[in-house]
Amino acid sequence: MSSQLSHNRRNFLKIAAVTGGGLFLGFNWTESEAATQTVLTKGISAVPGVDFNSYLSINPQGVITILSPNPEVGQGIKTAFPIIVAEELDADWKNVVVEQAPLDTKKFERQVAGGSGSIPHSWKRLREAGATARHMLIDAAAKRWNVSAADCSTSKGFVLHAGSNRKLSYGELATEAGKMTIPSDVKLKEIKDFKLIGQTIRNVDNPGIITGKPLFGLDFYREGMLIGMLQRPAFGYKLKSVDSAAAKAMPGIVNVVTINNSVAVVGKSTWQVKKAKDALKIEWEKDGNLESTSDHNRLFKEMLDSPNTTVRRKDGDVETAFKNAAKVIKAEYQCPFLPHNPLEPMNFFAHVKADSAELVGPSQTPESARNQAAKLLGLPPEKVTVQLTRMGGGFGRRLNTDYAIEAVQVSKAVNAPVKVMWTREDDMTGGIYRPAVRYRFEAALDAQNNLIGYKLRGASINAGNATREDNFPSGAVENLLIDSIDHKSPITTGPWRAPITNFLAFAEQAFLDEVAHAAGKDPVQFRLELLDKAKKNPTGKITYDIDRMKGVIQLAVEKSGWGKNKNVSQGISVYFSHRSYVAQVGEVVMEKGKPVLKKVYSAADCGVVINQSGAQQQVRGCVVDGIGHAMYGNITFKDGIPDQKNFNDYKLIRMNEIPEIEVHFVQNEIDPTGLGEPSLPPAGAAVANAIFKATGKRLYNQPFVQTEVFKGVS
Amino acid sequence: MALFKLQINGKSYQTEAEADTPLLWVLRDNLGLVGTKYGCGIAQCGACTVHLNGEATRSCTLPVSAIGTSKVTTIEGLSKNGDHPVQKAWDEVDVAQCGYCQAGQIMTAAALLKRKPKPTDAEIEATMSGNLCRCGTYHRIKEAVKVAAKTK
Repeated sequence: MSSQLSHNRRNFLKIAAVTGGGLFLGFNWTESEAATQTVLTKGISAVPGVDFNSYLSINPQGVITILSPNPEVGQGIKTAFPIIVAEELDADWKNVVVEQAPLDTKKFERQVAGGSGSIPHSWKRLREAGATARHMLIDAAAKRWNVSAADCSTSKGFVLHAGSNRKLSYGELATEAGKMTIPSDVKLKEIKDFKLIGQTIRNVDNPGIITGKPLFGLDFYREGMLIGMLQRPAFGYKLKSVDSAAAKAMPGIVNVVTINNSVAVVGKSTWQVKKAKDALKIEWEKDGNLESTSDHNRLFKEMLDSPNTTVRRKDGDVETAFKNAAKVIKAEYQCPFLPHNPLEPMNFFAHVKADSAELVGPSQTPESARNQAAKLLGLPPEKVTVQLTRMGGGFGRRLNTDYAIEAVQVSKAVNAPVKVMWTREDDMTGGIYRPAVRYRFEAALDAQNNLIGYKLRGASINAGNATREDNFPSGAVENLLIDSIDHKSPITTGPWRAPITNFLAFAEQAFLDEVAHAAGKDPVQFRLELLDKAKKNPTGKITYDIDRMKGVIQLAVEKSGWGKNKNVSQGISVYFSHRSYVAQVGEVVMEKGKPVLKKVYSAADCGVVINQSGAQQQVRGCVVDGIGHAMYGNITFKDGIPDQKNFNDYKLIRMNEIPEIEVHFVQNEIDPTGLGEPSLPPAGAAVANAIFKATGKRLYNQPFVQTEVFKGVS
Repeated sequence: MALFKLQINGKSYQTEAEADTPLLWVLRDNLGLVGTKYGCGIAQCGACTVHLNGEATRSCTLPVSAIGTSKVTTIEGLSKNGDHPVQKAWDEVDVAQCGYCQAGQIMTAAALLKRKPKPTDAEIEATMSGNLCRCGTYHRIKEAVKVAAKTK
């Protein structure tokens, strides 16, 4: 990737000098080239290294190159993966150079950024990659010294022989070590012996990020490359006709082509293409239901009262439980559609040739992009290459490959290398949203305030099953019914950071707070009692670890001083998603009669923490994301057309609106799980429950800012 | 198309563009200075922030024809070796997640510290709230501005 990018960059500069019509006085190519090279490769020497396996090579100068195969979307995987390899290799981190691997399905498995799944999937593989090379280096040294490998050890990039006080660097040993037999069963380190894992290690791309080097898909330029933008139909429409005469006559425009139901404008520069796109005269026609938000609100009501639901889980006899209940609590919670809004909008480069295709860009699922491109072009998959750029956020949007396939289609249509880019308006109105959902909860308490019955119905628009029927409190209630119903809409939806649970956790943890309140119990105590019950007397299948869930609650309680400070109002929320456990306590104070969120305490159990810096970032980012969208996020529709189109009418949380966030991790030696998502789901209810404590008012609908409690608060 | 002479990062450039082309796209498409990012195109997110005569300015809504002899500084020209106190603080505090907005954040912070070498928390918030970070790195942005203010 690095040499490729810098090569392309050189070509881009050359072509820009010719076609841009300008002379770049004082523009120093060599300097620019060198700077790019330095950033992308940390000054790696050109001397080729010895490949020990798919992840790792060491050159005679001692430079250790670690390939990171998974897409980097801001989750920190490009730093975390190499830390794991370097740990077992016993490398000196200063000598490690990290490079993004291209898509290579022969060398790597699961080159995906999604589901917080990269770390759990690769943990053992990465450790073995490092440990295998370490053993080969030891074997090479032992052979050269004519000593037993068992008498050798390693430290910070050296093999040591204590008996003779000799040492050799990994660089000196690389060539011989590469010829050693690859050990089949290597011993991994004891967790207590970790030196890198668990430390605070900075993002390996910091040098490029802070100096503005080309790292992202949108920064990719190539000789002869054209820019493409598409005008796509709104939801429920299709293309009727297009008059592109005016657009075609505009300067810099090379072609206007129709791709399915979209119109693509292709030209030499971004601004020229954008202006020509705005000059298209397009007629759309109705191709499905033209839905408005008011229709969705009506549909939610119909679906929640419908007999045609799909039962997801049924334990015991809910009807009898509710009949015998001393008290029944009912509530409905609703969450709107949300766009992902990664700050780098969708874009992809494609160069389709006669018998091959080259793709470059930001994708969470490059293998899927490759396979779809190959199918579309009638090429074998190995004839389609995909290089991964750093991504300016994804939040699930880049799991979908629509924009990469658009680039393939446009490149094919105009027979040229093309970078398709979406404007912010394209991105925000382009769909694949988080689905909109409304939940109905019912809880039955007996005369002793025990939870004896629980019902949850999820009514959704394009969510499929909006419940996660085996999540807590399932397992802790004898009589339980969870069902769902879905409406198929032309408004497209897809995974959005912590899919389903990002709104389900809010609704469920807020409802459990209501039930605890109705039962006259402390919300923490109420949850712990349910967990104890699930442990001692489980009902049906239980898919979460009860002790780990209790563990994060207890840590959050301890760190927040739960209930001790009478000057603040606290709310608790706990959730298990994507294999990790997170409890959060929100802290609210009243200022001028309005609730202000001052602080969130977060306690997570993700097993072993790989990188303290990255882990803390993911938790804080999830909390800010969770709170920001619960407070402000909303996209509404009128006849299939989104009402919000850019950041002037769609509000994202800003610095002056964030609470203080304290991040804690449970310390254990359990194999690590991911952190890109699990800290987001509990955030909404931690806030809502704290606000209830402060105001006595429940927040049933997102965005919170539109509810009564926040009236008059800007 | 018209010919524009621009002073960017202490160098002189000449380039042809339509007069209404935002500086952002001249930097990126014509001059290969891609550190300045596109985020919204309507001066709402701050990803495109550059300095115009030392003042933080949104390059996505600034037509190239309006620049004249003003001196433009982009993230690439903030320092020769990436060692401006704000850049160093951004690395030390390890601010970035995806990193896409950070050039704009750094340029906004650098202009703030030039104007106010020791900003209060409220001043940092007031200024930096103009820049969106979708990853939510705001806590570390704030911390890094303070670190930079101390080392300046």
